[in-house]
Amino acid sequence: MITHEPHYYPPAQNLFGRIGRSVLSFCRDGGRAVMLFAQAVWSARFMFTPRSRREIVGQMFVFGIKSLGVITVVAVFTGMILALQTGIELARFNQEVNIGTAVMVSMLREMGPFMTGLILAACVGSAIAAQIGTMVVSEEVAALEIMSIDPVKFLVMPRLVAMAVMTPILSFYMCVMGVLGGGLVGKTQLGVAWGAYIENATRFAELKDLRVGLFKAFVFGVIVTIIACHEGFDAREGAVGVGKATRRAVITSFLLILIMGYFITRLFYIS
Amino acid sequence: MIRFDNVSKTLGGKTILDHVSFEIGKGEIFVIVGPSGVGKSVTLKHMVRLLTPDDGDIFVDDTEVTQLTGEALESVREKFGYLFQGGALLAWLTLAENVALPLLEKTDMPEELINSKVSETLALVGLESDADKRPDEISGGMRKRAGLARAIIRNPKIVLYDEPTSGLDPVTARTIDTLINDMRESLSMTSVVVTHDLHSALSIGTRIAMLHGGKIIELSTPDEFIRSERQEVRSFLESQFITKEGSWERKRK
Repeated sequence: MITHEPHYYPPAQNLFGRIGRSVLSFCRDGGRAVMLFAQAVWSARFMFTPRSRREIVGQMFVFGIKSLGVITVVAVFTGMILALQTGIELARFNQEVNIGTAVMVSMLREMGPFMTGLILAACVGSAIAAQIGTMVVSEEVAALEIMSIDPVKFLVMPRLVAMAVMTPILSFYMCVMGVLGGGLVGKTQLGVAWGAYIENATRFAELKDLRVGLFKAFVFGVIVTIIACHEGFDAREGAVGVGKATRRAVITSFLLILIMGYFITRLFYIS
Repeated sequence: MIRFDNVSKTLGGKTILDHVSFEIGKGEIFVIVGPSGVGKSVTLKHMVRLLTPDDGDIFVDDTEVTQLTGEALESVREKFGYLFQGGALLAWLTLAENVALPLLEKTDMPEELINSKVSETLALVGLESDADKRPDEISGGMRKRAGLARAIIRNPKIVLYDEPTSGLDPVTARTIDTLINDMRESLSMTSVVVTHDLHSALSIGTRIAMLHGGKIIELSTPDEFIRSERQEVRSFLESQFITKEGSWERKRK
């Protein structure tokens, strides 16, 4: 059952009690989020039913197409900042022509998936948490359960599939736009020709960088969706509770994106 | 049909239900009344296992439901329709889509049949011309009626109503009462109604139970209920200007 009874613990007597309570609460929430992920993956076997297909395409449009504007602006300026910062230093050694490599590798390995994850956590994760939280406090999720409609299959699975597909695509798009932004700065501020910039950018970038970057984006998409849905289902106490759930969803997603980003990099680049 | 045996429940450190026992027969309109916060909705949620009791047993058609999970729980829930306080309609679907949802998700009925059943059910609650509207485009009373249409579309044996008339004007409230009565007469449904609107309770109930302090302090027919000598019942009746004679005239101070 997704709708669960609120936990009540008597007030902690001392500092140790409060720490113990926090640890228990952390473990409980972590366990629930993992269970929710497992249930959503199990429900993915229904993703090709007509209703699920419609829902997944709808969510892909909301998550992907509607985020394109902000992703484009962030990507172009991230590329421009990267090019400018590295270009200023490389220019001291007359090596500014190498900014292409710096921008391309940074975007593919880290900045592309990382910035995409953060943007989606802020735009999409918060929206998912708020929507599901509102559904919980207005008893819509309970209504689904009474109708024997699985809320995980009905609400979580389509969002998870849509995000798992769209985040790598958006991450790739962000890399392309970032590299273009870097090239713009190279051409206008550092005097690096387009041809030289692109040639340099593609020479040192490896397919592995792209693969790892896309994998990271996939993981970030899953994290954002599961955390947002979990926090939404955990919302209590009306509008205030929905606000708290949304805030928790964004903060937890940000932290997990950072932590997982480090571990994935370590896994693939340090053997 | 539904039986509570010594059911107890504590929420947030407060005892909400304290060894509550009662039985609801087939075709009854069983009304649970009481002031706010005494556990009326909690009682209702136990019947469909949205809540699990700390102690005691709950039987639905002789099936003990407190430990049920998976398909067994689903098959018990299929016997129920549930009207939530605010209707609990999905905001992004039209009324017709909301009402069709249980059929689309849980049956293999062809789409034409579903559409005709939806139209028929919406007509039953007087919303046939609003089928394409979304929940935020209609009034609270219409939302409740749409919620009722969704609750009854699969012809459940039992319909649970959580505050069906709260927040409604008197005319709309009486319309809902009439609908509940009609449903019992035409579809032989058993109804459990939770309300603090005594006028509604007295006009539709076959039996009325009053919850107070976690216990059922009165369980009787409407006629016996308004003649009850219990202090809590009397003050609850008088708070809604109902005298022993059942008059609904405003009591002069």
